[in-house]
Amino acid sequence: MNKVVANADEAIRDISDGNVIMLGGFGLCGIPENCIAALVRKGVKDLTCISNNAGVDDFGIGLMLQKRQVKKMISSYVGENAEFERQLLSGELQVELIPQGTLATRCLAAGYGMPAVYTPAGAGTEVAEGKEMRSFSGKEYLLEYAFEAHYAIVKAWKGDTEGNLIYKETARNFNPLMAMAGRVTIAEVEHLVDAGGLDPDCIHTPGIYVHRIFQGVNYEKRIEQRTVRKT
Amino acid sequence: MPLTKEQIAQRIAKELRDGFYVNLGIGIPTLVANYIPAGIKVVLQSENGLLGIGPFPEEGKEDPDLINAGKQTITTIPGSAFFDSAMSFGMIRAGKVDLTVLGAMEVSEKGDIANWKIPGKMVKGMGGAMDLVASAKNIIVAMVHTNPKGESKLLSYCTLPLTGVRCVKKIVTDLAVLDVTENGFKLLERAPGISIDEIKTKTEGKLIVPGEIPEMSF
Repeated sequence: MNKVVANADEAIRDISDGNVIMLGGFGLCGIPENCIAALVRKGVKDLTCISNNAGVDDFGIGLMLQKRQVKKMISSYVGENAEFERQLLSGELQVELIPQGTLATRCLAAGYGMPAVYTPAGAGTEVAEGKEMRSFSGKEYLLEYAFEAHYAIVKAWKGDTEGNLIYKETARNFNPLMAMAGRVTIAEVEHLVDAGGLDPDCIHTPGIYVHRIFQGVNYEKRIEQRTVRKT
Repeated sequence: MPLTKEQIAQRIAKELRDGFYVNLGIGIPTLVANYIPAGIKVVLQSENGLLGIGPFPEEGKEDPDLINAGKQTITTIPGSAFFDSAMSFGMIRAGKVDLTVLGAMEVSEKGDIANWKIPGKMVKGMGGAMDLVASAKNIIVAMVHTNPKGESKLLSYCTLPLTGVRCVKKIVTDLAVLDVTENGFKLLERAPGISIDEIKTKTEGKLIVPGEIPEMSF
C-alpha cells in the first residue's frame, strides 16, 4: 500500500467531468491550493463542488469558476466572489446555500457512517422547504442527509506516509470533516514525513480516511482580510 | 442623538456576564469585543474553529492560518483552543455558547430575524447565522433602527427570507434598547435625546412603552 503520490496532477489524475468533489478550507484559509491549480490545468468540468466558500475572483475555487469548470456549488457563504455572483444571477451556475453547521455536520455524518442527522438550523425558513421535519422536546428539527462525494480534497499542515494528518490553527476548519467524507480522499500537506515522524497522540485525521497524499509546493496562503492592531 | 456604531456595541457589552462564551457576528457585533467590562472574563468563539479570540496581530505578524469568521487576521490568547467546523457548530447546537450577537436586516415583534438574503439582489448566503439563531440560548441583535430608505427594521412580520423564527431576545439599535416579549417589542431604554414618539414612529411592529423610559448614559 503506497499512498504517497508525486504531486497534485498525479493525485487528481482520475477526477473526471461531472464528479462531486469536496474542497476543504474556510475562505482562503486551509484550501488545497496545489490540487485546485491541477484541476484548472486538467480542465475537468461540470463539477459539483462542496466547499464552505467559493474563493475570490482570482484565487481558490474562483480560479475554477473563471474556467467555467463548476456546474454547481454547495456552500454556506459566497460573498467574496463577484464572478460567482455574476454566473449565479445569469443562470450559468447552480448554487445550493446551506447553513454552515449543516454543511459541516453532513460531512461528519458521511465520515461517521450515519446516513442522516437532525439539526434545528433553518427550521421555519426556506432551507426547511421540502425536508422531513421532526419535533424533539417541542423543538423542530430538519433531517439532513450525509454528503456523498466522489473525491474529498483537503489541505493539512503535516502528514505522514500512512496518510495521518495534522492541521494548523484555524486552517483546520472543514478539512478533517471532508477528509472523512470522500469516497477517495486526497491530502496535500506542507510537510510530508515518514511513518513515525508524527506523534500518534496529536493526529487529527487518522490515515484510514486518506487514500493519496503528497507534499505540496509553493503555497501562497493568501490573506483575504489583512487586519492589524492600531498602534 | 442616535447612538454611533461604537455606542451600540458599548451598550451591548453591558449585557456580558463573567464566564460567558460569546459569538460575535460580523460588523457592529465585532466591536463589542472592544468594550468588555473590566473585571469580568468573556471567551469569544469564532465559528471557523477557535475559542479565545485575541486582538488583531501587530503589523508583520499576520498569520494566514489564523483568521476569524470574518476572514480577518487575528491572534490567540493564553487558554485558546482550536477545533474543526463540526465541533464548532456542535458546541453552538448543544447550547454551550451563552450569547450570540448578530446584525439583522429585519426583526419581527415575535423575534423572527432576517439577515441573509435579499431576493434578486444579494446572494451571499447564511454562513453560520442559521445554526447560531436556531440554538443560541440568548440572541441580541445589533442594528440601526431604520434602513437607508428610512423604513423601520422592527416589523410586525419580516418581509425578507427568514434566518430563524422566534429567537431574538433583545435588540439594541441606534435609538433604543428593546426586549422581544410575547406581546411585542418592549421599550427599555432610549438613546440620549431621542423621544419616545420618535421611537414609536420608527417602529412598525407592536411597541410596548411601560411608563417612563430612561435614557442610556455613556
